[in-house]
Amino acid sequence: MILNIKRFNQSSDTKIEKFEVPSNNETILNGLIKVKQTQDASLTFRCGCGSGVCGSCAIRVNGTEKLACKTTLQDNDLIEPLNYTSVIKDLVVDLSFEKDILSKPKAYLQEYKEEVITPEDEQLIDRQSNCILCQSCYSSCPVLEVNKDFLGPYALSRVLRYVNDKKEHQEKEKIDLIQTNGIWDCTLCGNCTMVCPQQIDPKMDIMNLRMKSMQWGYKDPNVTDYNTGVDFGFNPNSF
Amino acid sequence: MLDVLIIGSGGAGLSAALSAKKEGSSVLVVSKTYPTHSQTSQAQAGINAVISEENDSIQTHINDTLKASHCLASTKRIEALCNNAKDTISWLDKLAMPFSRSKNNQIAQRLMGGSSNKRSCYSSDYTGLKLIHTLYDTCIKEEIDFLNECMLLNIIVSEGEAQGITYYDIQNGEIREILAKKIILATGGYGGLYAGHTTNSYATTGEVISIAYKAGCTLSNMEFVQFHPTTLIESNVLISESARGEGGHLVTANGDRFVDELKPRDEVARAISEKLNKGEQVYLDLRHLGLEKIEASIPQERRLAYEFLGIKIEEELLPINPAAHYTMGGIKTDCKAKTNVQNLYACGECAQHGIHGANRLGGNSLLEIIAYGKIAGEDAALEAQKMPTPTNGNNKQLKNDIDYVNSLFEQENKTNFYTIKEQLGNLLFDKVGLFRNQNDLDFALDTIKMWQKMYINMGLDDKTKVFNKNLLEFIEFKHMLDLSEIITKCAIGRKESRGAHFRSDYATLDKRFNKETLVCDIKNNFQLNFEEVR
Repeated sequence: MILNIKRFNQSSDTKIEKFEVPSNNETILNGLIKVKQTQDASLTFRCGCGSGVCGSCAIRVNGTEKLACKTTLQDNDLIEPLNYTSVIKDLVVDLSFEKDILSKPKAYLQEYKEEVITPEDEQLIDRQSNCILCQSCYSSCPVLEVNKDFLGPYALSRVLRYVNDKKEHQEKEKIDLIQTNGIWDCTLCGNCTMVCPQQIDPKMDIMNLRMKSMQWGYKDPNVTDYNTGVDFGFNPNSF
Repeated sequence: MLDVLIIGSGGAGLSAALSAKKEGSSVLVVSKTYPTHSQTSQAQAGINAVISEENDSIQTHINDTLKASHCLASTKRIEALCNNAKDTISWLDKLAMPFSRSKNNQIAQRLMGGSSNKRSCYSSDYTGLKLIHTLYDTCIKEEIDFLNECMLLNIIVSEGEAQGITYYDIQNGEIREILAKKIILATGGYGGLYAGHTTNSYATTGEVISIAYKAGCTLSNMEFVQFHPTTLIESNVLISESARGEGGHLVTANGDRFVDELKPRDEVARAISEKLNKGEQVYLDLRHLGLEKIEASIPQERRLAYEFLGIKIEEELLPINPAAHYTMGGIKTDCKAKTNVQNLYACGECAQHGIHGANRLGGNSLLEIIAYGKIAGEDAALEAQKMPTPTNGNNKQLKNDIDYVNSLFEQENKTNFYTIKEQLGNLLFDKVGLFRNQNDLDFALDTIKMWQKMYINMGLDDKTKVFNKNLLEFIEFKHMLDLSEIITKCAIGRKESRGAHFRSDYATLDKRFNKETLVCDIKNNFQLNFEEVR
């Protein structure tokens, strides 16, 4: 099996290196570990649980975001680091922005409210609270290509998780905080939903947040308001 | 000067940070990984607590925990933990931990092995994942400061007092020190020593326990390593006890059940291992539960089985084997999570709090990490506020550590340490694993000592400064060898069988060993004692 790995360190240019590992229905993570342990110990990548739940090993495989620990290695795979954040070394990217994009929209419980929680209430936030912060959705999002201040999919899904949580007393403020560089910047392309290893649907979550925003009186800024008061003198629907 | 410095950002570390901050102290969390990358995320099944005494009682929780400990736990500590368990759950619930709910809108509870009643509060089978993210979100809200991807090198100790730490900043390669009034270690266990035979994260390598030992901390019960009965063959991915709690069976290839699936983990794991040693494959049979129940109660298990083995558990048998899962031993603490080194605390799996003894009940570890994390954080914060700012009496540690790390770059790489690390995992699993005996333990100890001598002939391929994981893993590996030596010596010293420690040459429990194992380093000499549990 040939692995093509995009390499980068601060003393040399980015390059693609080829490594060969024995073929044995391996995960990509096992392939990377084998390369590191037997061929090139300088190969650098993050890994943790090995079972798809710590979110540390997300990479791009042939252009698509995957968890290395859950993806089977195919011959000639191209392995690259995630997009839209700086590469520190090889497949390791800077994650320091994560805390900022979660804190900006207050993606946490602001004020606890005592409520009866039913199984249905819990179900409403179950999927969003399975997020492992692997950054796959963020890396797949084309909006970040043009707007680096966009909060991105997982931060918005996490906002919905708390907006929908009956324990949260301050859901309105979160809605206020996602109007700029938030829900209306999304193109609803669905890349985030396609790549999420936890089957979360950020696109649907964002649509949901748009509906809630409208219920709070916000309007879609992308829709031109035709009610300008100008009389064009012709109404095609009139008789 | 910083009031409370926390090393580790799993469930224990974040609980400690939130509690210390609540008391008004300045807090910093230093972590080898990012908080949500921590091993707490892997815990699946639940957190034990008696929420209503209608069908259960706190005394039964105490009794179950004591029974599993095989006389090696502190009754007082267990009583305190179990009495406060409901408050611990309530604290988490109010942080928005999304506990699953029952039909009557109460926090749902499930049965776990070794427990007399349904007592484990859970969030589907992602309890640990949702727990660590709930705590992390709360830390963001409370503006807790983090230094992520920084590895502890040493604890700065002067005249028996901890004064700070030195650490290796992985991201920029710098070695620095931080001084603090109080230091809390919350870095997880040492199951990762059993490389290739463990459910643990690649990062759970136990080096901080080795560092604490060298800094003067007493370690305790290090020979007690819990093997989880059901992990997927080859990958050792955990299939939670909830699978058996919900009614799953353990069967041989011809469908015969051979053990009560809800016995304590050590007994179930040994029964499976005996079958495997005879060349028989063992399977978890969940087919009779039906897809609807599987999807509702153990969805993660279904996904893991499919993703890692391509098996649909509602239709097929799932091949499993035991793997090292949890380490009962650790840094000895008192009831306030204090170690014997002044100003130094330990909490969570890196500590030995006197709760689990020779075996741990499923669902008690998440309870312990939260409860003791809170105790440590609160006590450290309150004490830090009362104490005067200490003067730094030891400024040599930083220089020593810089020299040490530089020397590692100079070591010639004649032997690949990754190969030895893999061999260490195999050695521990085979000789210091589910079944132990004097010959095997002696062989293991001799081999470990040989590798310790060989360390000087191992070295680094990667000589760069930034994000040098080769260096990080090389430093870890030295501690892994040293900790393996301690575990093996403790296993040799305990000439009996008790809980997770099973000696085929001393196959029964010996009441003379109704004592906890204590080890410490006195002037570079290993001291082992057995003392009554208090």
